[in-house]
This record gives sequence, structure tokens and C-alpha cells, in this order.
Amino acid sequence: MASGYLLTILIFTTMYISLALSLNILTGYAGQVSLGHAAFLGIGAYTSAVLSVRYEAPFWLAFLVAIILTGLIGTFLGLPSLRVRHDFLVLATMGINFVVVSVFKYVDFFGGAMGLVNIPAPTLFGITFRGGIPYLLLTTAYALFTLLICWYISKTWSGLAFQTIRNDEDASASLGVNPARYKIYAFGISAALAGGVGSLYAHFLGSVFPDNFVFVESIGMLSMVIFGGIGTLRGPIVGAILLRLIPELLRFIQDYRFTFYGASLVLMMLFQPMGLLGNESWVWRQITRWLRTAPQSRKEATQ
Amino acid sequence: MSQLEIRSISHWFGGLQALKDVTFDTSDEILGLIGPNGAGKTTLFNVISGFIIPTSGEVHFNGKAIHRLRADQTVRLGLARTFQIVKPFATLTVEENVLVGLGMPYYPKPAALVQIYRTPVNLEKVEQILSKVHLLDYRFAQAAKLPIGLQRRLEIARALATQPKVLLLDEPAAGLVAQEAEELATLIRNLFAEGMHIILIEHNMRFAMNLCQRIVVLAQGEIIAQGSPADIQNDAKVINAYLGQE
Repeated sequence: MASGYLLTILIFTTMYISLALSLNILTGYAGQVSLGHAAFLGIGAYTSAVLSVRYEAPFWLAFLVAIILTGLIGTFLGLPSLRVRHDFLVLATMGINFVVVSVFKYVDFFGGAMGLVNIPAPTLFGITFRGGIPYLLLTTAYALFTLLICWYISKTWSGLAFQTIRNDEDASASLGVNPARYKIYAFGISAALAGGVGSLYAHFLGSVFPDNFVFVESIGMLSMVIFGGIGTLRGPIVGAILLRLIPELLRFIQDYRFTFYGASLVLMMLFQPMGLLGNESWVWRQITRWLRTAPQSRKEATQ
Repeated sequence: MSQLEIRSISHWFGGLQALKDVTFDTSDEILGLIGPNGAGKTTLFNVISGFIIPTSGEVHFNGKAIHRLRADQTVRLGLARTFQIVKPFATLTVEENVLVGLGMPYYPKPAALVQIYRTPVNLEKVEQILSKVHLLDYRFAQAAKLPIGLQRRLEIARALATQPKVLLLDEPAAGLVAQEAEELATLIRNLFAEGMHIILIEHNMRFAMNLCQRIVVLAQGEIIAQGSPADIQNDAKVINAYLGQE
């Protein structure tokens, strides 16, 4: 069963890569710090679970509806961000997380505190993805899809507009960007991508409970983005891998996972505010310097 | 042809009246807006460019009422501005800062979500604009790392990328040394010669007097004088406002 354990870790890691990348669109690209991203994971998971369990919808349909509906709800929940900035936005997103979890917990339709169980394994093109390697392929494919979307967005006018509202909303408006419109876009895209992970999450575990999507989960996701290097593509990926794997490798801190997340966040903020691999970080400077000098020294060596 | 009409603009910040019944017209000229600190110059710019909706009064641009439009809408009509406290997009390069301005027509359309911004045509345009403001050498520099004088020029470059009819410059010469200010004056004259209507706020009297064709003087939210630089220089009210009454 050792390989089963390893596969489970890898499946979770790939799902968290997608989550960190999706949060990075909102927080990294557009500069809207959110501590409520677990809510979107939850909305996607519950959407997919309800459709599969209560309506026996096929996986592909539940998955697509989870993405679209979470995107729409994210757009709607993004509306408060138009009225609040910075610290107050962080508080508002925390509030969103609490409200969403309460809805799952206290509305019978969502199974209450007992959650929803017996979510079937996904079937696509006649293939059932049940645990292990097939499921890892599915979550890896989704992580690659998320990466592709994030990369593409960074190349479009909207990607540029996101960066301007992170830098200065007034300057951004003076050049034709409506900051409100782009914050809403960022919330919508970020939520939709997280909703897709939610669907995969629900079908992998086979059950969902409100406690899977609580506020501390949001802190974990934000930690991954900040730890790895906010606003870059490599940062959230590396952040998700390290913050998922280090607690697994160092078994004794397993119980203190969130202490570890918190501590890593404080240390990063103090010493490397751009994260481990952010554009101005120490590690990234060393890597780019090495990449610049390496071809030259290789040439010198052959002479 | 560009015609801007400011009609009885008044604006209150809580109990403080920042603008009192300000009325003037301006069309195709280099107009200077001067006055002591707290005169309401920047507030008036914020009203014209859509950052503030005035308490009362109207602003018309080429016959269209614009005083209820947002900043991202006025720029679309051809009114571009710079800021007194420079606001470069610090994490972006000089080139990317100018590209932001070039994107002005695309941002309201959903197509902005899929269209790539870094195209050969756009980079060519960036190159032209940067060479016009003498920033081409800094093309790949990070905006945050430029000295203040170059950041001011970058703001002008960014505004030019929106292809404005009117350019509103908020203290463009602040923080510049004499040589830089002279280069800036030349740039502004060139832009005017190309057909751009320029309105600038200035604290540096000599700079404004040499450059502007007409000057409007504000003091405590009111227009106290307007006319040619020569008229303004000899106006008793202006001298009083600046030097204080004896």
C-alpha cells in the first residue's frame, strides 16, 4: 500500500498546484488578496457531488457545471471587492468563506454536517478513473490545463490589465481599464478554475464534508502562492509542491501542518517578500545569474 | 479640433469647498493652470478626467457632457492625463507601461480576455512613442527603477499611447532639473505642433510663462485671472495671491 499512499499524496499535490495557480490569478496577477479560496473549492466540490449523487448526472456534466457555476458564484461574490480594498478585502473574502461553509453545514439539501457520500468515481469515454495512477493522470491533466490558461491569460490584454490594477488602480483607469470589470473577471476566472478542482476532489474522496473547505484551507492555499513566489507561474507550482510534500516527508510535523504553513508565511514575509522563486527573490537571482554565466564558462572551459 | 468647456464647476470635500463656480473654455492651445497650493488645480483635473464627479456644474468636451463619466471612459473620448505624484506601473517594464496605454480600445471588450498584446505592430508603436519622449534606451528597464524625471516622461508616453486629443499634465516639470525641464518644454511644443491640445498645471512660474499661450489662475477654488502670460504677470490679484497682501 506504500505506492497507494504515495499516489494519494501526488494526487493531492497536483490538485493543490491547480488551486494555487487559480488563486494566483486573483491574488498574484490582479493583486486582490483573498483568504476565501477554499470556498470556491467547496462550491465546485458540492456542485459536482449534488449533481452526481442526487441527480445521477454523468461526471463530465457535473465537472463542467462545477466549473461554470463556481465561476458565476465567484463573479457574484467578487462584487464586494468593488467596494473594499486591501485589508478590508481580505476580511470580506474570509467572511465569504465562513458563509459558504455555513450554507453547506446548515442546509439539509447539502447533507448538513454529515456531508454527501457515495460520490461515484468519474467515468470519461467509457474509462472509470478509480484511485491510483488513472486519477493522478486526470488531476495532472487538469493542473496542466490550469497552467496553460494562466500562461495564456498573462499574454493577453486582460493579463496586462490585471497587473495594472495590482500596481495602481487610478493609473490603470486613466489608461482605459475599468478596475471594477477586471476585478470581477479575476474573481470569476479564479473561482471557475478552483471549481474544477473541487469536482475532482469530490470524486476522488467519494464524499464531501463542510469541514473540508474551512478558512484554514484558504490560508494553506494563500501560503503556497506566497511561499513559492506570487505573480509568477513557477511560484505557485513550487509552493504547492513544497508545502504539500514537506509535511509528508517530515512526519513529525504532520499534526502541526498549519503551524508550519503559518511559520513559513511569516518567515517569507520577513526575509523574502517575493517568495522563494519570485522575480526579485534571492534564489531566483542565483538561478538567472547561473543561467547567464553558465554558457560563457562552458565556452571558456573548452578553449 | 478639440473644445473643452468648464461650466460653473463647484466641488465640496465635506465642509471644504475646493472649487467655486469655475467657468472657462479652452480649445487647441497650450493652456496653463496655475495658482498657490490648495487652489483646486488638481481637483479640477480630477473633475475633467473623471476621477471626481463635481458637486455641481458641467464639463463638455466637443459638445458632449462628460462630467458624469468615469476615468476609463473619458480617456476613450480622447482626454489623457498624467499625475502630480507619478504612478508608473512599478513592476512592469517601460515597454509594458506604454503597451498598457495602447490597450485602451480593447479593455471594455470580452475579446481582451483572448487577444495577445505583445504583437509586432504594437511593439513598433511603442518604439515610436518611446523615441518621441527619448526613453527608447530604457525600453526594457523596470519602471520602478527609473529616476523621477524619466518616470514623468514615461507617464507622458503612456498617455500618448491612448492617442489623446487633449493631454492633461499635472505638474510635469516638478522635480526636474533645468536641462530636463527645457527638454520637456520642447516635447510639449512638438506635441502641440502635431495638433494636440495641452492643459498643464504648473508651479514653476517661469516654465509656465514661457510655454503657455494662455493662463488661468486659480486661488482658493476660484478663477482670479485669465489671459496671456504677459497679462497675468502684471495682474495685481495674481501678485497678491502668490506673494500675499501687504
